[in-house]
Amino acid sequence: MGSLTATVAPPAASNVILWFRTFRAIAGSSFRRYSTYRQAAVAGVVTNCVFGFLRCYVLLAAVGAAGTVAGYDRAQLATFVWVGQGLLAVILLWGWTDLADRIRTGEVAADLLRPVHPVTSYLAADLGRAGYAVLARLIPPVLVGPLFFPVHVPQRWATWPLFALSALVAVVLCFGCRYLVNATAFWLHDARGPVIIWTLVSGVLTGLYFPLRFLPEWLQLLLWLGTPFPSLLQTPLDVLVERDPAGTQLALVGVQLCWAVLILAACRLVQRRAERRLVVQGG
Amino acid sequence: MSVIEARALRKEFTVRVRAGRLRREKRLVTAVDGIDLRIERGELLGYIGPNGAGKSTTLKMLTGVLTPSAGEVRVCGLRPVAQRTRLALRVGVVFGQRSQLWWDLPLRDSFDLLRHVYRVPPGEHAARLRRCRHLLDLDAFLDVPVRQLSLGQRMRGELTAALLHGPEVLFLDEPTIGLDVVSRQAVRGFLAELGQAGDTTLVLTTHDLADIERLCRRLVVIDHGRVVHDGSIAALHERYGSRRLVVADLDAPVPEPPVLPGASLHRVENDGHRLVFALESARVAEVVAGLAGLGALRDVSVLEPDIEDVVARLYRRKRQGCSITSTAKVPGASAS
Repeated sequence: MGSLTATVAPPAASNVILWFRTFRAIAGSSFRRYSTYRQAAVAGVVTNCVFGFLRCYVLLAAVGAAGTVAGYDRAQLATFVWVGQGLLAVILLWGWTDLADRIRTGEVAADLLRPVHPVTSYLAADLGRAGYAVLARLIPPVLVGPLFFPVHVPQRWATWPLFALSALVAVVLCFGCRYLVNATAFWLHDARGPVIIWTLVSGVLTGLYFPLRFLPEWLQLLLWLGTPFPSLLQTPLDVLVERDPAGTQLALVGVQLCWAVLILAACRLVQRRAERRLVVQGG
Repeated sequence: MSVIEARALRKEFTVRVRAGRLRREKRLVTAVDGIDLRIERGELLGYIGPNGAGKSTTLKMLTGVLTPSAGEVRVCGLRPVAQRTRLALRVGVVFGQRSQLWWDLPLRDSFDLLRHVYRVPPGEHAARLRRCRHLLDLDAFLDVPVRQLSLGQRMRGELTAALLHGPEVLFLDEPTIGLDVVSRQAVRGFLAELGQAGDTTLVLTTHDLADIERLCRRLVVIDHGRVVHDGSIAALHERYGSRRLVVADLDAPVPEPPVLPGASLHRVENDGHRLVFALESARVAEVVAGLAGLGALRDVSVLEPDIEDVVARLYRRKRQGCSITSTAKVPGASAS
């Protein structure tokens, strides 16, 4: 077994490049893993589209004869709904309990035996998943919506890159929130309770059920600055439909970035705490 | 320098037990109770003990997954918990009861991903993979998703996955559990070959003592979180008074059981047609020569002491909490 001996390779590339390669490899393999579940993607798209029609008709009814509501016109609302239906699956607001399941079964031990920090490797895997979701889950409703409703297409060129950035940050932020919710299983052994609370609260406070701009202004301010929820879905969608001038768009994305950094830091902190008191279930 | 050093290693868990309808009581359970262990580079160590003895807990502390309650550990000169990610590059772990592979990826993709995760240069990776493919016969299922592999196939995949980064220490937690005879032999043969090369330290926990007999020169037995034996298998036999048996089949029963120097008559079976002697100081040849003098000798066989028996007695003894004496029973002749 001579060829199995350990040898230290001469450093061919800098640590940052190596780290990036590892990150990319994990993301890439996650993309492939998710892409094996095609039927699930089709079922998800159908559900998202059905709810797209439902939400769109309800919101358009709210506009009524006035033509605008809470600063959105009809086309902006249609875009808000249909892109939102796709983005929902990209940020994966609901239905991720991988970490909690692995804690419950003790499989999490295997994650700790890798030379990569668990938050980093789970984040890389989630970005791979999100990449696949852009193709399989975001594009279909974005194509279906305009067939039935007049939609808003961004007028300012800068909106496009800003939306892409905002969506990416939303994915990272949403990952962080889900990680924290799942990590409660380190203490509770089962994250079902926190997951239910998360599902209830996030549906309302991210702007999924109704645009948060319908709320009084003081409450909006409180939600945006005091909670990460609006930054998950409402912000990227508001950026895309150009509800606000460019300056406000930038400020919204800035708030989003702050939340992402804060939540990721919290993930690492929680992970460290959890490891100190970890009990690996099942022998 | 030892590759693994543990001093007074302890791990306590809090277990909540129901005490009454609503009340729960906290109870402190000591899984590992002051273990000292020193393992040299290239050693093959069998780490055994009854269920719940603290084997897996020890392994998890050595790999940095669990934080010890007390005591000191160094593996490859590193502190496992504080330097876990660095240690991960230098050790490999195989859990028989859990998978470290990606459920929905084929083995080939899992291996490729591991190359990036462990940052192994492509040449080295290819060489190690080639070797494992050859020795573990992986080619037939390299492109099958892990979820569709049989347990034996998956375990061969796990072994490969744990070795692709060329670890200095390989921890194996019940690697042959649930495997059929053929897969078990494949895994053992592979580990034996790995051990012979001498540069990988193997620490193996198992309930299958044939694994230990085949692979390990050194055996550590733990029970209730404490080391109860540390030494060779021969030393274990010696300590617990297991002896080799010489079984003589006779054409006709002898009227009086013979007295052979250096061996004692253990029992008489088959109406005197079979005599079983326990070797004490004499060598087999001397006893056989003595037996030949009896005439009417049809067949002679030698039974090695059975490790399972010794270990079973060791576990039972610990459970009863009484000390064993040298008059303990010798393993039965039927165990051949």
